[in-house]
Amino acid sequence: MGMDLAWPRAGTLRTGIALAGAGFRRWSTYRQATIAGAFTNTIFGFLRCSVLLAVAAGAGGVAAGYRGSQLVTYVWVGQGLLAVVQLWGWTELADRVRTGDVQSDLLRPVHPVLSYLTADLGRAGFALCTRFAAPLVVGLLVFHLYLPHRLATYPLFGLSMLAATVVSFGVRYLVNLTAYWLLDIRGVIVAWLLCANVLTGLYFPLAFLPDWLQPVLWYGTPFPSILQAPIDVLVERGTVGHQLVILAVQLGWAAAVLALAVLAQRRAERRLVVQGG
Amino acid sequence: MRPTVTAYRALLGAQVRAQTQYRFSFWLDAVASSVISLLDIVAVLVLFRATPALSGFSVRQCLVIAALGNVAFSLADASVGNIDTMRQYIRTGRLDAMLLRPLGVLPQLVFGDFAPRRLGRVLQSCVVLVVTLVLVHPQWTVGRAVLVVVAPIAGAVIFSSVFVAGSTVAFWFVESGEFANAFTYGGRDFTLYPVSIYPGWFRGIFAYGLGFAFVAYYPALALLGLPDPLGAPPALAWCSPLVAVPAVAVAALIWRTGVRHYRSTGS
Repeated sequence: MGMDLAWPRAGTLRTGIALAGAGFRRWSTYRQATIAGAFTNTIFGFLRCSVLLAVAAGAGGVAAGYRGSQLVTYVWVGQGLLAVVQLWGWTELADRVRTGDVQSDLLRPVHPVLSYLTADLGRAGFALCTRFAAPLVVGLLVFHLYLPHRLATYPLFGLSMLAATVVSFGVRYLVNLTAYWLLDIRGVIVAWLLCANVLTGLYFPLAFLPDWLQPVLWYGTPFPSILQAPIDVLVERGTVGHQLVILAVQLGWAAAVLALAVLAQRRAERRLVVQGG
Repeated sequence: MRPTVTAYRALLGAQVRAQTQYRFSFWLDAVASSVISLLDIVAVLVLFRATPALSGFSVRQCLVIAALGNVAFSLADASVGNIDTMRQYIRTGRLDAMLLRPLGVLPQLVFGDFAPRRLGRVLQSCVVLVVTLVLVHPQWTVGRAVLVVVAPIAGAVIFSSVFVAGSTVAFWFVESGEFANAFTYGGRDFTLYPVSIYPGWFRGIFAYGLGFAFVAYYPALALLGLPDPLGAPPALAWCSPLVAVPAVAVAALIWRTGVRHYRSTGS
């Protein structure tokens, strides 16, 4: 497969927008799933929020540098973000590898990593309007959320969320690519779930972990860049400089996982056997 | 009766053989799922790095609550947890085939999708419970010894009822499988901590409406000899089986209504 990373010459941007639009529209047809997902995230918002407020109360108001209201934002924004970055349950590519449908992806003039990425960004856009907004509104109505004091935080948060989505996509793509070698990727999915739940900062803020472990996770793994990073940017942990460092780490990981995905894709294509059916 | 048992055994055996075919994936899956359920316990420990007490409970006391909840959940998850795949059967129309067979739909789903890796979780959660009990060394009486066995089983029955009742939502709304997760996995998270940390109305629904306070919280209070900070009578600790029975009845009723309501998706 002699594909290069470039878009087809005609309509460079148009192809990207069309793919992203298709991703948006496709996910907007899953209405029941969207409502059910937002409902579940909201229930988990109540659960996690209660626990962390009890932690803050027990710690005398501030837990690991987070005030109560910052923890409330951490929980409710986190519940919305996990749908935007689609932390769980993307096995579409692996399923296509197993069934052999993936061959039609490889015949297209757009590199599969790019076409899946743009479609995923469209999906994330839909999730932002629905799955992100719903728990946030509930959180705002019922709890006292920390809102950014600096105006610059809002665009920084937007960028951070975009980078988080790309990092998450890259990792998920790599997880799915293992299907070329394993066919049944259930085990790899569970291993990813393990990292996704704990090392991204979903179960508890990573600042609760021992001091030596935190830089290892932030710089050595892509996981904190997926959830903890945008949340820390939003609740203004540290100065603007600190926010920029977080963003730089995220961009570094986004570039790294995408490069790795392209590389792995090239190796995987040599492994492709379309199973007879 | 005989051929029915043989049929279920065949279903179970086929599933076990199928899943152990891809050996690397199976073992990774088994190990990782055990570690995942251990994370609930790790999460409690991590939270206590940031605070000395949670709603007045110490780390060891919270661990007993979490461990009891974990055993109950893992037992329920291993036996009927795979029921949440039912929505795929409904969506793809495969449930039609199940209705044609001379076997119950519920046992077909339970045996036909059995996940052997989930047994690892049960074992792991029992080990954690024993370790936490050694750590707090409660004053053992006959009553408490009975309680430590009965409570997780009653809790598992409560969780199983929620699993089954939750899965029936798919009979009405095909794509809404995640809805049930709010109460199954949400229930698991709820039982990990003292119920006194939750806001009033929310606690009302989960602790008493769905019965999750009787899975781990009240039994743990009795094991530890602690009074309820919310002022409930100590006798509640022994009521878990009394909550489990109506839970099963309600779940069975919802399930029957769901199956009767079923209309094929036609695909």
